[in-house]
Amino acid sequence: MNPPAEEPVFNEPWEAQAFAMVVKLHEGGAFTWNEWADILGAEIKSSDAPYCEHWLAALEKIVEAKGLISRMERLSRVDAWDRAAQATPHGQPIELTRS
Amino acid sequence: MPHDGHDHEHENSELSPIALRVKALESLLVEKGYVDPAALDVLIDTYETKIGPRNGAKVVAKAWTDPAFADWLKKDATAAIESVGYSGRQGEHMVAVFNTPEIHNMVVCTLCSCYPWPVLGLPPVWYKSPPYRSRAVIDPRSVLAEFGMTLAETTKVSVWDSTAEIRYLVIPMRPANTEGMSEEQLAAIVNRDSMIGTRLAG
Repeated sequence: MNPPAEEPVFNEPWEAQAFAMVVKLHEGGAFTWNEWADILGAEIKSSDAPYCEHWLAALEKIVEAKGLISRMERLSRVDAWDRAAQATPHGQPIELTRS
Repeated sequence: MPHDGHDHEHENSELSPIALRVKALESLLVEKGYVDPAALDVLIDTYETKIGPRNGAKVVAKAWTDPAFADWLKKDATAAIESVGYSGRQGEHMVAVFNTPEIHNMVVCTLCSCYPWPVLGLPPVWYKSPPYRSRAVIDPRSVLAEFGMTLAETTKVSVWDSTAEIRYLVIPMRPANTEGMSEEQLAAIVNRDSMIGTRLAG
């Protein structure tokens, strides 16, 4: 009669962030849940990547499709964070202004 | 802290490619005013600590002890579940499917992994896995056997495919020898998987 130990809700912090962004954007009316399910479903069908990576890829696609963030804007921001991280001494918070 | 034997090649920090992608999205969405960072933290905390299968277990225990509630659940699960305090963020329609000696219900989402978040929290890893998603529909009995459930030959299996609009909650059968138990005690014996239909309650 013992319930099984429940696994952690999120395995890594980024999973939680990606999850929360989708829920909040939906609540704010950025897209309908059907639109999200369509994009996520297509993403899942396209490869064998882990579920949370599908989730992230689908989020990148839907914000682009809805005109919230363009691809170039997103990629240059990824690059900016990468440079900021590498310019930050270990153990200190990473901030974009460092790049 | 003792040295872990890992050679640190970098004096400076490094973020994984995935963490970089998430940070890029989040910082842009925050700057543009589409999301509020504090609201993201509250949401994550809620899912980590407040929303989970215990919510569903309370619904099941109430259905076991209160026939009027069970009836309501059969007719309009969305409203009945909302009356206990759990409502969907996606405006999804809830359907409660009741296990009986004749019919065993199990839930899958073949397309992605639609799941009744308000009552069960976030889905377990196996629910999102391609083998479960594909095999639950084709050969539910063998999937159930892998979960350690052998059904009587005469029990029919109904597999419910969730969608973005309709989410299913399985109401497992009340175990024998639980007559004297309170609603609270009953809720404690309802496990998550029994509400997906891959395990018995108790």
